[in-house]
Formats: sequence, C-alpha cells, structure tokens
Amino acid sequence: MSESLSAATAAPEIALNGLTRSEGGNHVLPPSSRPRRKNSGGIRAGLEVTLLSGPAVIIFLAFVIVPVIVALYYSFYSWKGFGTPNPVGWANYKWTLTNPQFWDAVKHNGIILVLSLVMQGPLAILLALLLNQKMRGRSIIRVLVFVPYVISEAIVGIGMSLMLQDTGAVNDLLNAHVGWLSSPKVAIWTLMFILTWKYIGFAIILMLAGLQGIPEELSEAAAVDGASYWQIQWHIMLPLLKPTIKIWAFLSIIGSMQLFDLVYVIWGQYIANIAGVSTMAYFMAQNGRLSGQLGRGSAIAIVVFLISLVVAIAYQRFILNRDTEGALTEAGEE
Amino acid sequence: MPKVKLTDKRTGEIQILKTSPADGGWGNPVIYFIALCVIAICIAPVLYIIVNGFRDNSQITVKPAGFPHPWVLAHYIDVLKMSSFWHMAWNSLYIALITVVVVVVFGVMASYALARYRFKLRNAIYLLFASGLMFPLSIAITPLYIMMIRTHLAGSPWSVILPQIAFGLPQTVIILTPFLAAIPKEIEEAATVDGCTRLGFFARMVIPLSLPGVVTVGILTFVGSWNSYMLPLYMFSDQSQYTLPLGVQMFSTAHSVDTAQVLAFTSIAMLPALIFFSAFERRIVGGLTGAVKG
Repeated sequence: MSESLSAATAAPEIALNGLTRSEGGNHVLPPSSRPRRKNSGGIRAGLEVTLLSGPAVIIFLAFVIVPVIVALYYSFYSWKGFGTPNPVGWANYKWTLTNPQFWDAVKHNGIILVLSLVMQGPLAILLALLLNQKMRGRSIIRVLVFVPYVISEAIVGIGMSLMLQDTGAVNDLLNAHVGWLSSPKVAIWTLMFILTWKYIGFAIILMLAGLQGIPEELSEAAAVDGASYWQIQWHIMLPLLKPTIKIWAFLSIIGSMQLFDLVYVIWGQYIANIAGVSTMAYFMAQNGRLSGQLGRGSAIAIVVFLISLVVAIAYQRFILNRDTEGALTEAGEE
Repeated sequence: MPKVKLTDKRTGEIQILKTSPADGGWGNPVIYFIALCVIAICIAPVLYIIVNGFRDNSQITVKPAGFPHPWVLAHYIDVLKMSSFWHMAWNSLYIALITVVVVVVFGVMASYALARYRFKLRNAIYLLFASGLMFPLSIAITPLYIMMIRTHLAGSPWSVILPQIAFGLPQTVIILTPFLAAIPKEIEEAATVDGCTRLGFFARMVIPLSLPGVVTVGILTFVGSWNSYMLPLYMFSDQSQYTLPLGVQMFSTAHSVDTAQVLAFTSIAMLPALIFFSAFERRIVGGLTGAVKG
C-alpha cells in the first residue's frame, strides 16, 4: 500500500503483503500455465511481455530503487532544496552517528519493537483462539476488531491526544492526573497502548486466518483421545500456527522500525524527544525535511536503511526457518 | 463448539467428551464476555470522537468524559459548510482514485506476464516485487522529495501519486500473480482454438475473471492512499494541496481551543474510510484469510 506509505501506515500495508507471502512459501512463483506456446511466440511474445510488465517495472525501479541511490549521493552533500549542493564528505554521517538524540531514537525503536511483539503477539493469539469457534456474531466481531486498523493514523493521533491530554476524558474517567503524553516515564507505555489498540485487530485477523487453515480433523482426533480444550490449543493449534506467528512478527518488526505518523501527530515536531517516544523515522523527518536539511536527511535515511536491513536479515537468519524461508528470503528461487 | 458436534457421530466417545471442560457450558458465556470487552475497547475511542463532536466546548471542559446534553449539531454543520474541508476531501479522493487505477492497471498487466508467459527475467522481476514488499517508504521518502524538487513536481498531486503507485505495485503483483496463474489452461486453449490471441484472451477473459482479486487490491490501495500521511507531509507545503489527514492535523493545531469543532472535523474525516471499509469488509478480511490459507 503502500500506499500509505507513510511510515506507520506503511506498516500495515506491508503487513498485508506479508500475508500473501505466506502463500509464496508453498509455491514460490506459481508455475506459468502455458508451456505450450513456449516456443511459438518468439519476438512477438517478447514484445508482449515487455509491454505488459514494462510500465510496472519502470515505475517501481524509478520510485523505489532509484531513491536509494539518490539518497546515497545526496548524503555526501549539504543541500537545502535550492541552489547548488555543497559537498561535505562524511559530515552528515558523523553528525548523525554522534547525535545522542539519534541513539535515543534507535533505543526507542528497539523498545517499541520488542514491546509490540511481547504485548500484541500473545494477546492476539489468545483472542484468535477464543474467537476461533463457531459462535454467533463472529463476522461482526471480526469487522469491529478491524476498525481501528482502517482509521488513518492522523485521525487516531488527534483523537487519542485529545482523550489523553492532562484535562482529557481518560483522566476525568479515572479521576486521575496522569501525564499520559507528557511524562517521560508514562509516554512510551501510552504509545504502546495506542499501537496495540491500532494494530491488534490486524494480528487477530491474521492469526484467525492461520487457525482456520489448520484441518479440523486434528483437534477432533485429539478430542477423541480425551485431550481437553486447552490441551488441544496448546499442543496442536499453537505449534501449527507457528508459521503465521513468524510472519506476523516479521511484519510487526518492519512496522515498528518505521513508526512515524502516530508519534508525529500526537507529540508534534519537537516534544517526542523529551517525552521519550521519538523514533528513527521521526528523527529523520525532524532533522531532514522539516529543517530543510535534505543532505542530512538522506544520510539518516541510509543509516536507518542499514539498521533495518541488519534487523531484517538477522530475523530471517535466526528466527525464520524452513517453513517460511521460501516465502520471505528465497522468493525467487525456484 | 464444533468439535463436540462432530465427535457426536462417533458413538462411544460422546460420553467422555461431554464431561470434559472443552464443551462445558461455561465456555461460551465467557467467550462472549471477552469478545464484548475487546469490541468495547476497539470501538470506544472511535465513539468518543463521534459523540463528543455533538457536545459544545463548555460541556467538554466541565466534564471531559460525558455524553452530550443537549446534543449540538452545529459543529458538524459548520464542518460541512467549510469549503476548505471539501477541497481537502477532493484532493484526497483525486490522489486515491488515480493511484488505484494506475496500480490496478499496471499491476494486472505485470501479473499477467508473470503468471502466463515464460521468459528469462521472469524470476528476477518476481523477486524484485517480492523484495519491494519489505522496503519501507520512510527510507525512500527523503530522496523521493529531492527527486520531486529536481523535476519540479514537488507540491503537485503527482509527487504523492507516483511514489504511492510504485510502493503499491509489489503487493498488487504478489496478490494477483497466483490469482491469474490459477485461471485454467483449458479456458485459454479453448479461446485460442476460437481464434483469440493471447492479448485478446487477456482483455476478454483474464480481466473479468480476475475481478475479485482486483477489487481486494483496489480497496487496500484506496484505503492506504486515503490514510496516507507522511508522503503528503513531505511533498506538500501549501495548504491548498493538503489531503484530509494533513488537514485534520492542521485544523486541530489551528483550533486547539475549540475541541468540539476539532472532534467534529475529525469524525467526518474518518467516515469515508469507515464506510468504504464496511461496504467491502468481506473482501478485505476474506482476502486476507484466503492469502494466509494458501
């Protein structure tokens, strides 16, 4: 979705993509179904392929791959968006890597990454197990659980900041005076709550879909052998859900790494650093585009890119194993 | 509890199952209760935004968590009368529609080539799009802005549309390729026998047959574009170009004392995505389910 491309929004979208990736696990690239004309077309077939796939490939290369090269180039310049770029060598990288605020942001991203997995994962699995039974209104429940996911991060941010401000509805309801957004100790937990609220529906739907792919015969057979409900969930459903859980975790990690919208809308351009919720993407926007330092912003983008790459590769190397590796790493290998 | 019913058929085991807690009567009420709690938590913030738009500021100040008394319609009417609101809604719609159309058209074309032709770069292209799924926009966004300045596109709707298309294509291709590959060979052979060219087959058979997949992809792309925030934030500096998510944030900053008005503005801005989602919910949730099952 990419669409959405906004950092936080992109997370879900990429997430959606991920779903399909699981499919890839089984049959990486579906076999083309026309061996017959293999030799018939020749030049004509080649032309057709070029015309059909050309536009998508060109747009993709131009706006996804080329930017990485552009960022690499401009990261060695100082440029404010007009005039001639001024070469500065490694200064932008030095500035970034010696900036304590950057490392704060990296730390916050790490905390968010781990807490998202720890908070959303078990909760989503538990709720999916509970909802994975024939009950009335299940389809309505699925829709309502999905609602927060569909609402724009900007709107969630505005609504949440009004509810959670010092004189807001939450403090009124609890009869408390907690600085949900302003207190550095509390703010990160507030953010985690909002993230859980926003994205748990997606996790639940994903887990439910995974559960529904498990043949009913297995739990039936276990029940026949006298296994209790929770024994069945623990010893049969959970292990079989593993591939889904791993894919969800990967999507969640990607989402955590690029969190931006919610933090920026709720905490604004400056306060996130003080509140202890700034993220790498926030730091990049704040010190790049929003302060007119496009060379510096490019250098930060490259650093963030490398960090994300290391995390993604580490995850695939150490966590994902055979059952999903085809889907995530060797998508092209046939 | 389906298991109970199914095992009922196997006589002899029924007794054991009936006494196990698995099918015990306590299960269901608890599950309904938990489901209700989850729904309440999911929906409460949304309801807060909508309901509080019907209160006036003095009501909100006196009792931040409360119900409208009396209900005030004025804030909603004011928002609907705002020409800037309609202008931003139009910007959002315009960008989303063009993005969806191009993503779908180019996506179907590329997926068709990948699904039904054999050619040298086929695997490479598929791998390219598959890796694109994992590439976050936030990393490309600074250089994209530089590119848009360099090409004098920054500030035009295309500065948002083009990157959105590029980042929307991977998921479209990955979803649609298996879909198109699944169209039975026999249909194509029959069409060939009847004198249909491969491109003719594409236009007359593939497009109609792939419609369900296309609708799923189209909805995902539309909602993504409609909610998109970071890209317009980077590209647009003039308020006349703002889309609704940017507008909501700007409005809330400009009217920070007028909480009720901000809430009314926010709830109207979120309505289209909600309506759109509930209209096509089966496709989105169903599409996800199908994808994972695969």
